[in-house]
Parts: sequence; structure tokens; C-alpha cells
Amino acid sequence: MSLSGYLTLAAALFSIGLFGVVTRRNTIGILLGIELMLNAVNINLVAFARFNGDPVGMVFTVFTICITVAEVALGLALVILIFRVRRTVMADHLDILRG
Amino acid sequence: MSLEPIASVALGAVLLLSALAVVLSKNLFHSVLYLALSLTATAGIFLTLSAEFLAAIQLLLYAGGVITIVVFAIVVTERLVGDRLTQTSRYLASGGVVAIAVLLAIGAVVASVPLPRRPPPMPADVTRALGQALLTRYVLPFELLGVLFLAALLGAIYFARPDE
Repeated sequence: MSLSGYLTLAAALFSIGLFGVVTRRNTIGILLGIELMLNAVNINLVAFARFNGDPVGMVFTVFTICITVAEVALGLALVILIFRVRRTVMADHLDILRG
Repeated sequence: MSLEPIASVALGAVLLLSALAVVLSKNLFHSVLYLALSLTATAGIFLTLSAEFLAAIQLLLYAGGVITIVVFAIVVTERLVGDRLTQTSRYLASGGVVAIAVLLAIGAVVASVPLPRRPPPMPADVTRALGQALLTRYVLPFELLGVLFLAALLGAIYFARPDE
């Protein structure tokens, strides 16, 4: 595949993840959509590094992968905490901050 | 080498179909399993881009670690079998419009700029070059990543601590 092929694939994956984030009602489902979007970004970074002919560009992908994993761990800890307080993980029911 | 374009196109098809299954599946547990498939297909895409080390990281951290903790979170917050696990979606039309608009915008940018069609040759051992860059020129961000992981670990333990 050419570079534009990889970029189009990543754009489609990003859009699918965005669709999931917008439409899911379960907080864990929203997190899965965010995972897909971040994955698309990783494909973009690796494709640019490959077509630049420089493996140093892949160092950035190592950082994004690790930060994403930390983000998911924290997000799921927050989901469990919210579930303990509200007994639900549906995003529509989480309106504690509403005045 | 002649199989490489076919492999990347097939992996891309698997990736997009499993990603669609992630956002459209009614069962949350099935969504997570499809996410594991799409993350594994992404590791395959990394292999076609000659990033073997990143493919290994992808399998270990994402398909191994992330899927495991997501499954644990589902088990804690839902019953694994039963009605609670079926999840509904809302705003399907507006979500589709937003997603297609973003796809068209990115696609227009990709189509409008000249991009290389053939990848230039890479060094023979990409993993060695990656490790050398990581521990010489980029060693400060690498150490900061360790600090970030420690903070995230402590934060996750603090948030999910059992009640006294």
C-alpha cells in the first residue's frame, strides 16, 4: 500500500472510533471508541516514519502507545469509582455536576 | 515481497470490519473481543510497515494488557451474562454524519497533497536503531514516561481502592 492508502485506512478507523464515542451510552463503550481513535493515530505515526525512511520517527509511537495504556487504566479506574458511587455506568445518568 | 501489498490490504479490511463490529455490537463483551481482533490486526499493519518492535509492544500492551483490564472492568460493573450487558446506542444518525464528515475532511487533505508511493529503504535492524534512539537522544522523555506510569499506577490504585 502507498502512504495515502495507510492514511486513508487510519482516517476510516478514526471515524469509526468517533462514531462509537458519539453513539455509545455505556462509559466502557465510549472508552473502546477512544481506543480505536488512538490506534488510528498510531498507524499514522508508524506509516509516516516508514515512508520517511527513519526509524527514529517510531520512537514517538512508543510514547503514544504507553501513554494510551496509562490513560485506559486510569479511565477504567474512574469508571469503577463512578459505578461504586452511582451504581451505573451509563453516560446519560452521570449528571452529578448538573446545578 | 510480492505478498506484502495483499497482506496489508487484507489486514486493513480485517481492521475496519472488526472496528465496525466494536462500535455496532449489541453485546459489550463481544465489543471487547472485536477490539482485541482489531488491535491484533493493527499489529499486523505495523509488521507490513517493518516495525517489528512496535508490533510486539502492540500485542503485549494492548491486546494483552488493555483487553484484560477492560474485561475486568466489565465484570465489576456489569453481570457477565444477562440483560445488563446489552447496550443501546443513541444519536445514530448524527453520529454517522459527524464521522463521515471527519472522514471526508481528512480524505480531502490526504488526496490534495503529494505523498510518496514507494517507501524508501530502511536500516536492516529497525529494532536496534529504535532502541539506540530511545536510550541516547530520547532518554529524558523515556525516563519521564516511567514517572508518568508511576503516577498513573498510583492514581488507578487510589481511585479503585476498596472501601474502608
